[in-house]
Amino acid sequence: MSGISEHPWMTVVALLIGAVAFGFAPLAMAWLWARFFSPKKPGAIKNATYECGLESKGDAWIQFGASYYLYAIVFLVFDVEAVFLLPFAVAFTGLSAGASIAMLVFLLLLVEGLVWACQKGVLTWA
Amino acid sequence: MADDLKELKIELSKNGIFTTTLEELYNWGRKNSVWPLTFGLACCAIEMIATTMARYDLARFGAEVFRPSPRQADLIIVSGTVTKKMAPQVVRLYNQMPEPKYVIAMGACAISGGPFRDGYNVLKGIDRYIPVDVHIPGCPPRPEALIHAFMTLQKKIEEQALAGENRPRHLRADLPSEFEVPEFGEHGLEPPANPELFPALPGNPLKVLQ
Repeated sequence: MSGISEHPWMTVVALLIGAVAFGFAPLAMAWLWARFFSPKKPGAIKNATYECGLESKGDAWIQFGASYYLYAIVFLVFDVEAVFLLPFAVAFTGLSAGASIAMLVFLLLLVEGLVWACQKGVLTWA
Repeated sequence: MADDLKELKIELSKNGIFTTTLEELYNWGRKNSVWPLTFGLACCAIEMIATTMARYDLARFGAEVFRPSPRQADLIIVSGTVTKKMAPQVVRLYNQMPEPKYVIAMGACAISGGPFRDGYNVLKGIDRYIPVDVHIPGCPPRPEALIHAFMTLQKKIEEQALAGENRPRHLRADLPSEFEVPEFGEHGLEPPANPELFPALPGNPLKVLQ
């Protein structure tokens, strides 16, 4: 009469333990069965990492050509910059010289990015 | 001795006593949970898909769990035309399945090349590369035929002895685990055994092998 009535969550804990055991018991049994009884016939192809019929070629440690950096720069210029420009414009009159210079350096960097993207022809389409 | 036991078993079952052996129990479990590989090659695959759906309901036989990975599959249904380009992949997929594993060759193409038999790019049957358990003729075979093949396979699994001389290959350590993946030679795919079984026809400039 003491356990459950004293701790109202005891029922939930008991159910939780039951649920976890219900999930883990079949996994443990499958693991034990595979470990001790399953017929094993390993081979080079069977143990290969890739499993879709094709052979894997080359090295996995390659450098990917990150072509998306252009999108990243244009996103910074047109989206992130706008987010910073709005509070900058609102607080412009109350800003110190140092803060203004820091903001202008930030703007300059992004304008450089814009010019560079423009020269690459990213902004022309159709 | 085995016949005596069988008679005893029948006698006992007549009196309402059910007896079984470990082997029978094991095979009963195995035959009712054969998981096929999600693997379709041509139009036969559409019939295979129809077999798994509600109308034909392969789930009745415990085989509705089509696994997308060969590591979890027991059965590969070679459903359709196996081209020479696809053959190495089929063999490799078969090799990557865990033992015990079974093969159903479904349709005229998979068992013999079918209407493309005299073509230049289709195998004359997948059974020269991997051991086929059940062949189904038809172009394409109806779902009933696949179900029949499946029941035939179940019967085969049920009768497999787990010990002794006739035990299946997955229980024999002396047999290799993998089948040779065919490679492309000068005149197409070169089968690892009996390359002259299907020689080129006289006057065939392509010198078509298997």
